[in-house]
Amino acid sequence: MDSPDVLLQMRDICKIFPGNVALDNASLEVRRGEVHALVGQNGAGKSTMIKILTGAYQRDGGSILFDGRAVAFRSPADAQHNGISTIYQEINLVPLRSVAENIMLGKEPTRLGMIDWRKMNATAGELLRHVGIEVDVTRPLAEFNIAIQQMVAIARAVSFKSQLVVMDEPTSSLDDQEVETLFDTIRRLKANGVAVIFISHRLDELFAICDRVTIMRDGKTIETRDVKNIRKLELVSRMLGREIGEVQRGATSFTRAGERTAGETILEVEGVESDTILRNVSLDVRQGEIIGLAGLLGAGRTETARAIFGADPITAGEIRLKGKLLRMGSPANAIKAGIGYCSEDRKAEGIVPELSVADNMVLAALPHISRNGLVSAEKRRQIVEEFVRVLGIKTSSPDQPIRELSGGNQQKVLLARWLCLHPELLILDEPTRGIDVGAKGEIQKIVSQLAENGVGVLMITSEIEELTEGSDRVFVMRDGASVAELTEGEISQGAIMTAMAAEAGSHSAEGEGAGAQGAVV
Amino acid sequence: MLVVFNIIRIHNLISNTPTFIERGTVNVEYARALQQALSVNLTQVATIVIVGVGMTLVVATGGIDLSVGAVMAIAGQIAPLIFLGPIADRFGMGVANFLALTVPIAVAAGFGLMNGLMVTKLRFQPIIATLVVFIGGRGIAQVLTNGYLQPFKNPSFQYIALGRPLGIPTQVYIMFAVVLLALFLVRRTAFGRYVLAIGGNERAARLAGVPVGRVKTLVYVISGALAGIAGLIVVAINAASDANLNGMNMELDAIAATAVGGTPLTGGHANIVGTLLGALLIQLVRYSLISIGVPYEFALVVNAFIILLAVYFQRQRAA
Repeated sequence: MDSPDVLLQMRDICKIFPGNVALDNASLEVRRGEVHALVGQNGAGKSTMIKILTGAYQRDGGSILFDGRAVAFRSPADAQHNGISTIYQEINLVPLRSVAENIMLGKEPTRLGMIDWRKMNATAGELLRHVGIEVDVTRPLAEFNIAIQQMVAIARAVSFKSQLVVMDEPTSSLDDQEVETLFDTIRRLKANGVAVIFISHRLDELFAICDRVTIMRDGKTIETRDVKNIRKLELVSRMLGREIGEVQRGATSFTRAGERTAGETILEVEGVESDTILRNVSLDVRQGEIIGLAGLLGAGRTETARAIFGADPITAGEIRLKGKLLRMGSPANAIKAGIGYCSEDRKAEGIVPELSVADNMVLAALPHISRNGLVSAEKRRQIVEEFVRVLGIKTSSPDQPIRELSGGNQQKVLLARWLCLHPELLILDEPTRGIDVGAKGEIQKIVSQLAENGVGVLMITSEIEELTEGSDRVFVMRDGASVAELTEGEISQGAIMTAMAAEAGSHSAEGEGAGAQGAVV
Repeated sequence: MLVVFNIIRIHNLISNTPTFIERGTVNVEYARALQQALSVNLTQVATIVIVGVGMTLVVATGGIDLSVGAVMAIAGQIAPLIFLGPIADRFGMGVANFLALTVPIAVAAGFGLMNGLMVTKLRFQPIIATLVVFIGGRGIAQVLTNGYLQPFKNPSFQYIALGRPLGIPTQVYIMFAVVLLALFLVRRTAFGRYVLAIGGNERAARLAGVPVGRVKTLVYVISGALAGIAGLIVVAINAASDANLNGMNMELDAIAATAVGGTPLTGGHANIVGTLLGALLIQLVRYSLISIGVPYEFALVVNAFIILLAVYFQRQRAA
């Protein structure tokens, strides 16, 4: 610490995409032989930062000093040849070629112009032992599990004499033992003076392996701290941008026309597990309630929504709708049962960009407005007119392609897709992400009205205010399990963050939210 | 508009005598030549359009169907087997002809079903699934008759190609019927919306409750059945079924007509009228060039060039 040996210095990095500033004077300093965590919520700018470092994007401002000289890599390959390797969560190697070929790809040892297989396999084996594993390097890469494939990627990185290895969520598909193997490898790299940038949403891992942490939020780097000097709860509050105990009132447009009375239970989820990441999820939603589902990225909120909606199969547990066990396995059946689901990824899973506003809106309702397969133009027009008016959708005509609409208006069309079916349960996954402030408020109002009309709403959101002001109850998830339920009087930023961060005392948050919050402040 | 312009321009080439058109007047000879050219072209183009419409639907879901030519050959082989075989002797020509028109189409639809199930259940890529039938299908067609040509004379059966109600070949009626039905399907039915939604964003469609597997399977069934119809028309025209030639390269013509017609191969759009015009354009140019004595090989090159230009201009317009 006396004379920190700085390997990488990224200063005042700016990156502007059309319509949004992705990085705003972000800075990052990494020392030789340290494991440096980069954390932040979705959209905080972590991956943009990494892409600029490795040359996948070009920066619009700022400077990068690597190993003492100013650099501007043209491509990830360029960065790799200069000592920076990146390990992605999806392995970007060649699955059908052998382990050795993958490690040595692009620098195969040759003899008289022919590949020297013996030397290649020997060198590859050597490199793998170096990162702590021993496998048959002549077998195709695809035969090995993800953890081994990651080690292969790391061995490849080492073979480039990398001084810095960037790991983007390397543990997301590993089990506990595989994570340990990865950590051993990271410790070996560290011992050899290699620096590692470690991106992960699992706070426990971050505290287990990292030396320092840089927190990003809204395209800015908030601060860099020694991991041993920061508490989980503090880290979470920095990521979310809230001072502990601070409450912002009136930050959202949720309304409460009167005392909302929760009716009978619509949805019960009990002990659900899945092949994705769900370990033990239990929650319930009653008529006329807005239930907030909180958790850090990767906690399993979206996976829970998809499981309820039948988009992913569950391996254990029960999901009941109005007391009736749901055995569906397809969104079509969930819709028939009265469930609607707005995905968090509007572009990839919501809109059909080339189709019109009207076609997008009635897509799920087609079975109801057609007879013998023939769509009733009249019923279609009625639905479209009604919801364009009620939701205030700004479109030049119902026949306009939806891709031409703003994000907020697209989101309203997708809401209308479900509202026109009059669902009993509506699952909204980040309903206000990526849309402008005005549309955000309007959507929050719509959600409130839905609850008043007796719809049960399960709302996944990363915005603390939407949880504290919009929700009647909040369930908090962590590492694939629901870990706390906060009822009306217990919902506070402190209590939510405590449960998210798994700080000591969080497990009691269920019964004594106020107490937990007191402990935090 | 484009095609009308082309018909006139190409017709100038056909007649090869610019003096045909005298300023402001079109003489009778010209009119007859035009009618003849159109008639020949429509006859030739009907099978491409019929198969192309099926291809357009498949392409609209983001898939492709390479098996259409082989399926044509199979359908074409089965029909004469029925009306030349013992069924005709036992039940009479009427029954035999009825079966010769329905069974091959049903079998063709069955191959389409196989394609569809390979794509949806086994999760084969469409190009691979239909390649399997492309390769095996023609083999099956040849085996059906041990590779022999089946010549025949069966005016009732051949009416589907050679009949001329109101002076227009029957197959042209079939072609327009297929086009109109497909237009109706795409524009007015829930199925049509599903096809476009799946091609435009399959994940979103699935989450909106669209029965993705069923819809995809059905487009391959439709494509197969239409290929069956085209296969019957070809053997009816030729008065012989030839497993080696029936539907040869049809998959390529159908894909070309679809692409030239403005349906992007990435899915999400289905331009049925475009496919009709695309097939006409390709066929008109090919026929016209050959009829003025341009060698076939050269006509192919011109054809390729037209596809290139048409797709290029659509790119420009889309961008």
